[in-house]
Amino acid sequence: MVSLAANIIGFVTDILHALYAMVGLSFWAAQLDIVVVVVVMFGFTSVFVMFLVWMERKVSARMQSRLGPNRVGPFGLLQTMADAIKLTIKEDVQPVHRDKIPYFIAPIVAFVATFMGLVVIPFDKGMVVQDLNIGILYVIAITSFTVIAILTAGWSSNNKFALLGGFRSSAQIISYEVPLVLSLVPIIMTTGTLSLNGIVLYQQQHGTWFIIPQIVAFFIFITSATAEANRAPFDIPEAESELIGGFHTEYSGVKFAMFFLGEYVAIIVSSAVAATLFLGGWLPLPFLAFLHLPGFVWFMLKLLFIIFIVMSFRWTFPRLRVDQLMDFGWKVLIPIAILNILATGFILLLMAKGA
Amino acid sequence: MTDLLLSRVKADDLSRLGTDDYVVNMGPQHPATHGVLRLVVKLDGETVKQTTPVLGYLHRSIEKICENRTYPQCITYTDRVDYVSAMSVNLAFALAAERLMGIEAPARAQWLRMIFVELQRLASHLLWMGAFGGDLGALTPFLYGLRERERILDLFEMTCGQRLTYNYIRIGGVMIDILPEFVPRCRSFLDYFEPKVDEYEDLLTYNPIFLERTKGVGVLTAEEGINCGVSGPSLRGSGVPCDVRKQQPYLFYDQVKFNEPLEQGGDCWSRYKVRMNEMRESVSIIRQCLDKLEPGPFEAKMPPILKAPPASEFYSRIESSRGEMGIYLVGDGTPKPWKAKFRCASFNNLYVLDALTRGWKVADIMAVLGSFDMIVPEVDR
Repeated sequence: MVSLAANIIGFVTDILHALYAMVGLSFWAAQLDIVVVVVVMFGFTSVFVMFLVWMERKVSARMQSRLGPNRVGPFGLLQTMADAIKLTIKEDVQPVHRDKIPYFIAPIVAFVATFMGLVVIPFDKGMVVQDLNIGILYVIAITSFTVIAILTAGWSSNNKFALLGGFRSSAQIISYEVPLVLSLVPIIMTTGTLSLNGIVLYQQQHGTWFIIPQIVAFFIFITSATAEANRAPFDIPEAESELIGGFHTEYSGVKFAMFFLGEYVAIIVSSAVAATLFLGGWLPLPFLAFLHLPGFVWFMLKLLFIIFIVMSFRWTFPRLRVDQLMDFGWKVLIPIAILNILATGFILLLMAKGA
Repeated sequence: MTDLLLSRVKADDLSRLGTDDYVVNMGPQHPATHGVLRLVVKLDGETVKQTTPVLGYLHRSIEKICENRTYPQCITYTDRVDYVSAMSVNLAFALAAERLMGIEAPARAQWLRMIFVELQRLASHLLWMGAFGGDLGALTPFLYGLRERERILDLFEMTCGQRLTYNYIRIGGVMIDILPEFVPRCRSFLDYFEPKVDEYEDLLTYNPIFLERTKGVGVLTAEEGINCGVSGPSLRGSGVPCDVRKQQPYLFYDQVKFNEPLEQGGDCWSRYKVRMNEMRESVSIIRQCLDKLEPGPFEAKMPPILKAPPASEFYSRIESSRGEMGIYLVGDGTPKPWKAKFRCASFNNLYVLDALTRGWKVADIMAVLGSFDMIVPEVDR
């Protein structure tokens, strides 16, 4: 039974190949396919990020008994578009004594690295840019690039406060990488594969999503992912702008927009990984399978659900102090994650012995 | 390897390689909410070594100006001394001036004054709660606090036309009587508001992150507090009963029943808890005052030009939202005071900030400053 997504993809691919043939570029068909896919991916994500920014503003407003943007476009949907236009036409103020090349590269790295994480996320059965068989490893490695971007931004700004903010942010991200990875290890142990598609298929075969046996890992993952994206309650780098500027103090206009959008894409990537690994990706909710919605719709629903949770953290909790943040990561999350791995291993062994 | 490198460094170079203090300037313009307070903070990495407040950015010479204004004209200036708690300052000045001139405000005016001062306490604490949460990163309680505050400000606007600087409590009574719909609206507001305090406590009080940021942070012992002149909820958080309304009751505070919330911890959390409980007590006081309100004149019969007797002086103390607010008035027989000195709670409370934050982290400065409910116009006048 071929899914709707595979049908559409097959149809579109046929049209594209016909187009290549018309232009005489059939030899490069495979490469051109990749270019088209990447462009579509990029376009979709950009629009989705704009939607997310609007969603955050509306959700936070409703939580705070306000209205949120409601003037620019229906329900304020074009607000992010207006903000994006504003940021692009802003003057690019650059400190005189900055380090020119790193200053220029940092926002690009932040933006591109997070986008690259979306390459392995399966939006539907067979609807993935490239189903790498080292999927999870790839995603985690790519999201670590943001540390480089932040450090570079902090250093090249020639501002001791930006540097301090950059140091703190990178310390935070590096600290929370460890529980992030450790929380995914039990899933990899259970499924025996690093490929995200493979993990979704495992959940389909066994009928349960990983959130039930691995609920502890789910909470650790969500917490670490929030910390990775520098979001509240872990937003010391952003909040430092009360006292000291964060790493993006000296950036304005498009460069700032790239950091800003990169943060949202990081949230999308982490939430997509959580939705795929813990909530079954494009699998339908078991008792609602009769609706026959395409897998893509299920995936987006789960993704939005997790993003909503991550967003509402910001408007509910106060901020953690830097040392409390580090304490929590190293002294609480990592031991729990390790215990989780031990418990999972033990249970897997028992099940194997029993079988 | 390091020995080789070090041996190439000369002795006096080594002394120049010593570490400097990292001096950071917070303010006078904060994105945080405390007004124009400048703090020069000496840091050793993350740890605070010394905090020096630099004052004067909001100094408006109110005390000097009052020497050139008649007593009723001074009341407008008292609004600006603490604009978050304007009714309290109006009251302090009115009490001092009345005592100088031997005027007594009628009973209805006293009850009305009590109602408005307690409503003002609620409004001030709601703003404090929002600002404190905002300093710590919880951005939502700010909007909840302001939402309730809007209702209180509507009540004020209904009575005297103003939302912030009321000029309502005058010498001899109040400016104008309340409208008939004030009492039912006030009661319905109190009924609406009382469960809200519990709601806001649910959000913050036992939140683990909030507890980590405020428990054990900025501990002020009772002895230190008394020695340094701290007053109000900040001192009651250290377990010292110091409510002026209980010790030297003014208006009709001896005729209403209310508790004085005390906490023993002395840390930011205790001060926070004291203020939340004070909100509940204020609701109870206002209800009792509304019950006891009797019809009558709202101001005393006074001579057209108010003159204080020559060589007279009086220091009036009231419990404002922040602590003990005192006004020392010296009269010299003319319609203008010879001296008006404002003893403001925030000025004295600010003094302990340095001692409390030494050895703590930068983020704790914001927590301690917020827990003391510092209002800069009071500090600078």
